[in-house]
Amino acid sequence: MKKTIRDLFLIARKDLLEFSRDKMRLFSFFLMPVFMMIMVGFIFPSENALKNACIGVADNDQSRYSRSFLKMIEAAKTSDGEKIFKIEHYDSLTALKEAIKTHEINGAIYIPEGFSTKLEENTQAELIVVEDQANPQASQIFTQVLTRMVDGYSKQISLQKLSLSLKQPPSMLEAIVEPVKAKITGIVKGNYNYFEFVAPGIIAMIVMTAVLTGLAASIAREKEIGTLDGILISPVNRLSIVLGKAVAQAVRGLIQGTIVLILAIFLFGVKINGSILLVFLILILGIFSFVGFGILVSASAAEQETATQILFMFQFPMLFLSGVFFPISMMPAFMQAISKIIPLTYAIEALRKVIVLGGGIDSVKNEILILTAFGVVATSISVPLFKRMITR
Amino acid sequence: MSGVMIEAKDLTKKFGQFTAVDRVSFTVSKGEVFGFLGPNGAGKSTTIRMLTTLLTPTSGTASVAGYDILKQPDRVRENIGLVAEKVILYDRLTAYENLEFFGKLYGLPEKVIKERAEKWLTLLHMDQWMHTPVMKFSTGMKQRVNIARALLTEPPVLFLDEPTLGLDPQTRNLIRKFIADLKNHGVTVVLTTHDMLDAEILSDRVAIIDHGKIVAVDTVENLKKLVPNKENTNLEDVYLYFTGEEIRDKALSKAKSEGRGHF
Repeated sequence: MKKTIRDLFLIARKDLLEFSRDKMRLFSFFLMPVFMMIMVGFIFPSENALKNACIGVADNDQSRYSRSFLKMIEAAKTSDGEKIFKIEHYDSLTALKEAIKTHEINGAIYIPEGFSTKLEENTQAELIVVEDQANPQASQIFTQVLTRMVDGYSKQISLQKLSLSLKQPPSMLEAIVEPVKAKITGIVKGNYNYFEFVAPGIIAMIVMTAVLTGLAASIAREKEIGTLDGILISPVNRLSIVLGKAVAQAVRGLIQGTIVLILAIFLFGVKINGSILLVFLILILGIFSFVGFGILVSASAAEQETATQILFMFQFPMLFLSGVFFPISMMPAFMQAISKIIPLTYAIEALRKVIVLGGGIDSVKNEILILTAFGVVATSISVPLFKRMITR
Repeated sequence: MSGVMIEAKDLTKKFGQFTAVDRVSFTVSKGEVFGFLGPNGAGKSTTIRMLTTLLTPTSGTASVAGYDILKQPDRVRENIGLVAEKVILYDRLTAYENLEFFGKLYGLPEKVIKERAEKWLTLLHMDQWMHTPVMKFSTGMKQRVNIARALLTEPPVLFLDEPTLGLDPQTRNLIRKFIADLKNHGVTVVLTTHDMLDAEILSDRVAIIDHGKIVAVDTVENLKKLVPNKENTNLEDVYLYFTGEEIRDKALSKAKSEGRGHF
């Protein structure tokens, strides 16, 4: 037992030493999580992502009303205190549409002539929001924000008008204009955005796929170049070999996971509401749950290339089925059934509970049990199979 | 020269329908250099892989250093060294780091590893390269470190699978002398080679294997007497007499398709 553990660390240390000497691999190792995080972080827009968005404005009314509305838009700030919009001025609706086509601006507001006259005559005035249909995600958020502002502005005007005619202070009249107001509250403080939903998934995904492919590639590579024979003819327990390699991969995976976590916190403002130690415990158990599968693939594949290809085939559907990007509850029933047999699903679920909802160990004990069970079962099946396959 | 170090009994290995090794039996005494000759794909490496516990026989068994390869594989592993067809060294580690890693897998203390690494690398003229990464070495230099690795545990039985393949005459000569020296120290050596000179100079006895079967086992002198109608017979004549002159590509490609490559 003692020798098994000692040999395990010997092999892990050797693997890491070898890895640390390979400059190209080191370079891509540190860059991969950075790329991944920047991609995901900026591609999936959130309201916070809408910073200094360039919009075009054409004010054909040039009135007190139109100017105060534009001033309000110009002053709008995100929760981090940055301006949401950067305003460019144009002459006409046609000029605005042209500017969107040439991607000079991301959207536009057109205030037609007679806007203020209509307001003063107590008829309904209209202003036009032009959206960029070539960029549906961004334009959805953009129109959402603008519509909300228009609503707010129109409410303000109606309050003013009512208070003038009813001779009451505006604060008293708010209940008449807007009798019901939805107050949105979460379990934890602060705004929740899509990035906070994907971040735990991305962390789990990067760590676990790195370990899975790394383990398979590392065993297959040693098999290919012949050094595995050197380990196999020494009096070393076969369990030490596979677990040693798994530990080396786990160390690498956890380093990458930490990079992702740091980027998520400092670059994208993700807050870890629960315990960071619990986050790492879940990641380690997640890695453990994957080790068996990695061993099986690498033992059955004769070459490194084959191993990588087999894993890639599983990896892609797994990313979608485990709920990294979309909630599992929104998937069709048969997909939900498949997602239940993927350990990544439970790791992500647990990470979301801890990172987003601030859950403690109690809230994730089921996931912890399931991940451990996956690991124990898969490893105890795969190690004897590894022994058999390798001396086939 | 007493006692049996290796005893193979009806050792058989099949890959699917293909029989790579077919009921092979032989014994090797302590301190003997046993030459193992045969065409490509004849089953030499497969036999060695079974004796070194890297492959499980389909049937039959063997004992190495008194231990059964199936029942006591770890005991066997403690008593053998292997120089295989592929060099067992990590390119990115230095010669010493490689020896250290493999030495520790056998439970050797750091001090012993250091002493022996110095000793063997000096004997193989590699001592000044001890702390250079293996990837900077030539084929001959790698093979010398590889042999030091196999000898680090000072095993009583050494398997050398084509140790001089692709090396220059100088390195070949060095390794040949080295093997002769090991023999003088009582190490039992199983040597496969296509180099008839190596086999003739070094081997006490030679086994010729063809199509997975042993077709002749004896001393080189005795085997030479079996070749009819020839003056000054050498080992190559013996070899061709027993295995014929037909080229064996067929067997090799068949074996390769079974996923194990060279036999």
